[in-house]
Amino acid sequence: MPEEGSIAGDNARATTEPAEFIGALYRSDSRRVLATLIRLLGGFELAEEAMHDAFIAALESWPRTGVPQNPRAWLISAGRFKAIDRLRRGARFDAALVAIADQLEANAPPVLECADDEANHGIEDDRLRLIFTCCHPALTPDARIALTLREVCALGTEEIASAFLVPAPTLAQRIVRAKGKIRDAKIPYQVPAREELAERLDAVLQVIYLVFNEGYSASLGDSVTRHDLSSEAIRLGRLLTELLPEPEVLGLLGLMLLHDARRPARTSADGDLILLHEQDRSLWNQQQIRDGAALVERALASRRFGPYTLQAAIAAVHADAAAAEATDWQQIVGLYDVLLRVEASPVVELNRAAAVAMRDGPQAGLALIDAILARGELAEYFLAHSARADLCRRLGRVPEAIAAYRRALELAKQVPERRFLERRIAELQNASKAL
Amino acid sequence: MKYLCLIYDNEKTWETMSKEESGAIYGEYYAFTEGIKKSGHYLGGNPLQPTQTASTVRVRQGKISTTDGPFAETKEQLGGYYLIESKDLNEAIQLASRIPAARTGSIEIRPVMAIE
Repeated sequence: MPEEGSIAGDNARATTEPAEFIGALYRSDSRRVLATLIRLLGGFELAEEAMHDAFIAALESWPRTGVPQNPRAWLISAGRFKAIDRLRRGARFDAALVAIADQLEANAPPVLECADDEANHGIEDDRLRLIFTCCHPALTPDARIALTLREVCALGTEEIASAFLVPAPTLAQRIVRAKGKIRDAKIPYQVPAREELAERLDAVLQVIYLVFNEGYSASLGDSVTRHDLSSEAIRLGRLLTELLPEPEVLGLLGLMLLHDARRPARTSADGDLILLHEQDRSLWNQQQIRDGAALVERALASRRFGPYTLQAAIAAVHADAAAAEATDWQQIVGLYDVLLRVEASPVVELNRAAAVAMRDGPQAGLALIDAILARGELAEYFLAHSARADLCRRLGRVPEAIAAYRRALELAKQVPERRFLERRIAELQNASKAL
Repeated sequence: MKYLCLIYDNEKTWETMSKEESGAIYGEYYAFTEGIKKSGHYLGGNPLQPTQTASTVRVRQGKISTTDGPFAETKEQLGGYYLIESKDLNEAIQLASRIPAARTGSIEIRPVMAIE
């Protein structure tokens, strides 16, 4: 199995300077080393210090001794010894640490004693353990996202804070609290058992999708860092696909690739939002669409797919149409019907209503949207009002359309969305004046 | 590792239950308790009398003040507890999910702080 991003088995070391190689190794493999050290040392804090100590030790000794045969195993072993050293030094102040250090030393890590392949397999399991622990449902959703980006993706606290528009100290505290809970409530460092896997995998996929959406919905204006979140989510999706190729994992990666493929066409040069049917389809990333569609097919073929795969299938139908008019709305409505059976939600109903409007005309869609709004569930959701406004506009019911766009504008938060709604209101007002 | 599982449920539902219904739930609790005794997870546990029997005590400026009932009105009340021994939180979650009230109310799992 090829290892995503790793250069540990690379022959790059033959040609580059050790310091340079160590820098590249840090970027590609520090998370693998960390994931294994957490298991060996039984805690995040000690493992993080140990991992940094190990890389520093490598910088000191590799230029003299040369790069070892298995650099990753060397780093893990060095990290473990550094941690034991640290505990021994601290032990002068705290006798309990002596016992822990002794125990760590006695429990020699099996990883280093097996053949390379087996050792690597163990290391890949550790990466899954790290993901499942960071996304444990006993942590708050905010903490899961922060911890995953920090520990699995190696983003800095400052970076994550600015991406989520929260002050850095708040975010740092979130991470400290989450690590405290992992330690004190004893959240185990393990891949869940088969009977827990579905629920636990849901929590992981949710974190990845939230990170993606945070970047996707904000991939506009001044938010360059936020837009990087989408790439980070895709990277996480690829990693998980490699470690645990469950159908919904493939489905989610497919969904993200298909959405992200449209990114270059989603905004105008002035940063204005461009809706799907008005996008220049030649700007769509065709390679990403092919990769996304292939993942959707694999997930569908498994017959164990769920909501992510179905949403990805819908995105694939859109991507398949050479022009907006060529969209297969019949198939899209059908996929929404299945999605509603798997996961009933008013937002899915709203999207289905918009698809029905395209298949059967605006009147049919409007009746469905009005019924959803009458239930009150989406009364505060700006997209429900802007979808309603759009259908009224197409039916020539101008005052009603303007009122609905105004309601949407009251609820919309993102600048590009607000600009889009303001533009629509102005167009309708001008058109009605001209009459 | 020791965890305290606090059982929260709407105690009013017990008042409206028939003898057969409450008997069936007692039966489930009995079976659950026996099960975790056999598996070695049980350390203790008890049902509690309803909140109308509760008293709240505070000491302020050296004076005892006693009031009737729990301090807050909530939909779910503490109705009982189990003290369990389990290897980690995941196992505790699995055990707590088998407490009958988990289906109607909720179980709060609190790790017990070890004091040396």
